Amino acid sequence: MSNAPIPVPSAPKAIPAPAQPGPEEVAFDIRDFSLWYGARQALHEVTIRIPAKKVTAIIGPSGCGKSTFLRALNRMHELTPGTRLSGSLRLFGDDLYGQGIEPSVVRRRVGMVFQKSNPFPTLSIGENVLVGLRLNGVRDREVLRRRLEESLRLAALWDEVKDVLDKPGISLSGGQQQRLCIARALAVQPEVLLMDEPCSALDPLATAKIEELIQTLRENYTVVIVTHNMQQAARSSDRTAFFYLGNLVEFGDTSKIFTNPGNPQTEAYVSGRFG
Amino acid sequence: MTGLLFACAAAVMAPLFLVLYFLLKEGASSIDWNFLTKLPKPTGESGGGMANAIVGTLTLLGMAAVMGVPVGIMGGIYLAEYGSDRGNSWIRFAADVLNGVPSIVWGMVVYLMLVVPFKTFSAYAGGVALGLMMIPLVMRTTEEVLVLVPQSYREAALALGISRWKVIVVIVLRTALKGVVTGVLIALARVAGETAPLLFTALGNNFWNRNLAEPISALPLQIFSYAISPYDDWHRQAWAGALVLMGMILGLNIIVRILSNWRNNG
Repeated sequence: MSNAPIPVPSAPKAIPAPAQPGPEEVAFDIRDFSLWYGARQALHEVTIRIPAKKVTAIIGPSGCGKSTFLRALNRMHELTPGTRLSGSLRLFGDDLYGQGIEPSVVRRRVGMVFQKSNPFPTLSIGENVLVGLRLNGVRDREVLRRRLEESLRLAALWDEVKDVLDKPGISLSGGQQQRLCIARALAVQPEVLLMDEPCSALDPLATAKIEELIQTLRENYTVVIVTHNMQQAARSSDRTAFFYLGNLVEFGDTSKIFTNPGNPQTEAYVSGRFG
Repeated sequence: MTGLLFACAAAVMAPLFLVLYFLLKEGASSIDWNFLTKLPKPTGESGGGMANAIVGTLTLLGMAAVMGVPVGIMGGIYLAEYGSDRGNSWIRFAADVLNGVPSIVWGMVVYLMLVVPFKTFSAYAGGVALGLMMIPLVMRTTEEVLVLVPQSYREAALALGISRWKVIVVIVLRTALKGVVTGVLIALARVAGETAPLLFTALGNNFWNRNLAEPISALPLQIFSYAISPYDDWHRQAWAGALVLMGMILGLNIIVRILSNWRNNG
């Protein structure tokens, strides 16, 4: 990457070259964000701006707060009783923890895929994908049919399941189930997709499919992915944030974090010396 | 040693076969079309039956279910999904104590609550007595099966922006539905044979009940009054009634059995 010729135009800054992206749009603007479970502080004054329509990887050793951080992005951490937080967390300018903001409204904008695939066992493949829309009041059959196909195509699952949509969601293989969960999350058209170690229970082939899928998602979605797998972070993300002991240690371009980290702790972690 | 353990395990089966043996031996010969479709007749007259008691038991069970099932299920949902640990442990304790309240006490309490003020025994009072007994039973089994639903399903549904009560009704309750239905059926089977709570409430009736605000017959009541009578033909009918009641309860348990096998097969 660093050896590639860099096409920097010498033209004045005022007229940006077409190839050069404009100012980057920020999805999450997070400032001094701290979070406690009871008396234990899990996140320490995290300040980070997560870019829109990019894949951001969150890495760090177990217990570093990366999952807590991810769950705070759509307020899923509130399912754990006794949490407290300070600081601000905005998504495209909107305060997600503002007064009178319902968690369900936040979660409709910020979808989530979990470590273990969890299709609803009583629902068919099709029903699994559409359950979010149906329960949020969408009745139009045409809309539902269209969204079903779109979501399954986006999740690279359509060709495999289009003839068995009535079969139970749990009849699929592990990797297919996880892609079904991605389709289910995409069906409600969130702005952001959070992924909490989505491949940790999958074999290499299924993992490769999900990583491929993440690449196509970034065209339209902001993706934040927590991963234990350093290669995965290096392969599939644009930005990487390294967390350690509840602190954001370093955040930057993935290529820089993995080849030339600015912090010795980051270097020790990405080179596999601890974690 | 294994032989001793087997003997103890078999000892559980023996009483069931004894019960069935005596019921069939004494009661089967008296069950005919008249028994199932006719009203009781005075002793000495042939062709009398227990149709009103069979219908009465079904009516009382229906009324008990209308009262006990919604309250029990919603209470179970509260225990499993809401509530603080401290408050819930008190509610659980209360429910467990209620499960142990002798059934005649239920009858006496409902007698004071509904029979004395309205100055009449009634089907309503009987239904309420059985319904009150069902609530803690249904509540505890509902709670137990809801707690078994993995947290990951709740998280997945909540992450779709679905409101909490819809998650509970559509995802959690549906996932646990067979277990909840099983709990309801077990509770019904349990109260179906209750006699004591009905003695002071439904009272019994030798004719059809045409008004739920009046006394109603029930199989256990009819069995009781026939069994303590001095007449042989009524004794035979009591055995037949017991056989029908046992058959209903056995039927409920078989349905439970089929349901839980379904659940195990996914």
